[in-house]
Amino acid sequence: MARLPRWISQHLAALRAVLVLTAITGVLYPLAVLAVAQIPGLAGKADGSLIYDDAGNVVGSSLIGQEFTDADGEALLQYFQSRPSMAAGETGAYDPLASGASNLGPENVVDTLPDPELGWDGDANAAKSLLTQVCERSLAIGEREGVDGSRPYCTDTGIGAVLGVYYSEGTTGDVTRVVSLNEQCDTTETPFLKEYEGVQVECAAYGDDHAAAIITPIAGDAPADPQVPADAVTASGSGLDPHISPAYAELQTDRIAAERGTSTDEIEDLVEEHTTGRFLGFMGEPAVNVVELNLALDEELPLT
Amino acid sequence: MSETTAGVVFIAAMLAALALSYKPLGDYMYRVVTREHHRKVERGIYRVIGARPGTEQNWAGYARSVLAFSVVSILVLFLFQRVQSALPFSNGFIGVEPGLAWNTAVSFTTNTNWQAYSGEATMGIFVQASGLAVQNFVSAAVGIAVAIVLVRGFARKATDKLGNFWVDLTRIVLWVLLPISLVAAIVLIGGGVVQNLTDFTSASTTTGDQTITGGLIASQEAIKNLGTNGGGPFNANAAHPFENPTSWTNFVIIYLLLVIPFSLPRTFGRLVGQNRQGYAIAAVMGVIALASVSLVVGFENMANGTVPQAVSAAMEGKEVRFGIPDSGLFAAATTLTSTGSVNSFHDSYTSFGGGVLMLDMMLGEVAPGGVGAGLYGMLVLATITVFIAGLMVGRTPEYLGKKIGAREIKLASLYFLVTPALLLIGVAASIAVPENLESMQDAGPHGLSEMLYAFASASNNNGSAFAGFGANTPWFNTALGLCMLFGRFLPIILVLALAGSLAKQKPVPATAGTFPTHKPLFVGMVVGVTIILVALTFLPVLALGPIADGLQ
Repeated sequence: MARLPRWISQHLAALRAVLVLTAITGVLYPLAVLAVAQIPGLAGKADGSLIYDDAGNVVGSSLIGQEFTDADGEALLQYFQSRPSMAAGETGAYDPLASGASNLGPENVVDTLPDPELGWDGDANAAKSLLTQVCERSLAIGEREGVDGSRPYCTDTGIGAVLGVYYSEGTTGDVTRVVSLNEQCDTTETPFLKEYEGVQVECAAYGDDHAAAIITPIAGDAPADPQVPADAVTASGSGLDPHISPAYAELQTDRIAAERGTSTDEIEDLVEEHTTGRFLGFMGEPAVNVVELNLALDEELPLT
Repeated sequence: MSETTAGVVFIAAMLAALALSYKPLGDYMYRVVTREHHRKVERGIYRVIGARPGTEQNWAGYARSVLAFSVVSILVLFLFQRVQSALPFSNGFIGVEPGLAWNTAVSFTTNTNWQAYSGEATMGIFVQASGLAVQNFVSAAVGIAVAIVLVRGFARKATDKLGNFWVDLTRIVLWVLLPISLVAAIVLIGGGVVQNLTDFTSASTTTGDQTITGGLIASQEAIKNLGTNGGGPFNANAAHPFENPTSWTNFVIIYLLLVIPFSLPRTFGRLVGQNRQGYAIAAVMGVIALASVSLVVGFENMANGTVPQAVSAAMEGKEVRFGIPDSGLFAAATTLTSTGSVNSFHDSYTSFGGGVLMLDMMLGEVAPGGVGAGLYGMLVLATITVFIAGLMVGRTPEYLGKKIGAREIKLASLYFLVTPALLLIGVAASIAVPENLESMQDAGPHGLSEMLYAFASASNNNGSAFAGFGANTPWFNTALGLCMLFGRFLPIILVLALAGSLAKQKPVPATAGTFPTHKPLFVGMVVGVTIILVALTFLPVLALGPIADGLQ
């Protein structure tokens, strides 16, 4: 047989190399790890830390968060609530088939307002800014837990407090016009701020383009350290975070105790049991596992 | 202990763990690449490949083998994804469409692991474990092999023989990457990382249904970080509780992605016969890395910006179990190396925090950089530094006994220019096409940051993203794919050529006038040259992106 040209034989050698290395690192290696994973102690973890009920059915994984809401997405008051989740799939949030984050930036503060005839739910082009999402969640949680849900840069109605300011010289000079960018005219009686630099603040009309205005978030007088904790108003990176901070758990204990007809102490003990501290005292942050905690609630303090 | 103190201890513990590994791992890798005797299993593999382990290649021959191996890798991985639906363990997914399959094949072969798809909704267990994860091993091995060749160029005298690619590749995979991955995968399972052959498990939860995903995750998690690849089986990457379930697995993963790049300077020191040269290079990497880590963690703790202040913490896109400082360290480590796995989402970082992450990549990922790629990048910068120092005193520059002449400095300069050219031309060309602006999720400077980050990530083979950016369009799949290809292989060819021209020289003896390259002065100069070169190149565009964003 005639010798193949060198460039062909070189690529054939490369192909054989890819195949033999695939056999080693792509088949033998993962299967070897899989074999080791079958030993007792590791097997349950390798299978996904699944939780079973008494009948042997899978009810979740202790590592994957769940949402505790009714069919309309309203919080079920008898359960600890998880963090907001961006892993929204066909079965709602906390869908492991759609893990992910909001990816909205730190200055994502201007809403894309909906067509008034369609509303937020009907208009696919409308989008709430990250700031408005944070404000809205904080207000709702404050109401639910009976604390002050206000935050800096949020209006009293749970909307991002952001003005679009027009100046006579573009970016400098006198203020000529001020629009509260996230407060839509047909749903706003009076904007959160009456005047800015002596100019009356207008509501935002649907379809107006305020690209020429300077975006000016207004901090307001809400405390810099709000009563609703940070993790309660932000979405996690995975959208599957099974944990909340001890502070957010503490905020919810009174409500759970009342709903379940028991003492706050008893709930606090359960929370304590399902809290992991920092590993070795310095790795990570203390965290409360909501999935396990709520299962324990149903088991030990069933609703009558 | 406050969150900040715990974070500082976490970083100090990481530093200690890396320092403890430096000597043993560096020495071990030295022995792997210099051992004369070929073991039986190695000889078996060479026979299958048809390689002659006794024959060493010159730089051009070595480069041809690297390129042939990479081209075939891209084709095999492309086909593998296309025929997915006909394969077992495909989770019922269809074949990946051509544009995306091409982008992904290039991405994994170039050690980038840019992912324009969602793992759990696109790739089945078989493609993940036997296609993508294989490239996690071999693309890492290619990087280390090229770095070793450059070091051989410095160490060898008057020869054109630089080693045999198939030998280097096989040994690095078998004796460096495989054993560490095996141990790491099992440790990670102990923390809760999954490893099974179940595609989906249905759960009836308290309030409804949930579909729990499975897969060969632990084995891939280990190598995707050890090989500074970053391409995870899940969309949420190492933020996903099945990839990174606890605060201590987080520590293990960050350690894995830093340990080889930080230990390779030791291997370099051993190969050139002066351990102190290795310490100097490791010191340069360490200084830049520590500065970057402090800045990222500092900015995230300060939580500047409208939304972080409204929240009172930069908690958007971060997990409770990790907290803010440990997330910041992960983000810095993943962009300082070419890893690109994430345990929190960079798009939602504070403007300045995200800006530092971008700068980390623009530094060329040399502190400590990707496996191998970091070392050869740093040695090129050291070469440029020696040249600049030579200009200052009017002497012919030399590094490790080799003269840095016209040919060497041309190759080093071209090397440095490749990624800035790809990055800046890529961004400029993309902005010039109006419909590309629709890929920006955020308005204003943050939108530019998103695009800038995408090109920085692709050109430097990082793979992380400001993930709000809509990169799965024909334009960006193509443009970013080209950036990944050129950003990987042009530097490799230039480095191999540099190695060839260095190896040919006879070493010149050190004299009283030789600039010592193992002293703090040299370390400081390399740090300075790196930062000045990069700052001059990128400050204008950074001013329009993250800096404008942060000063709003």
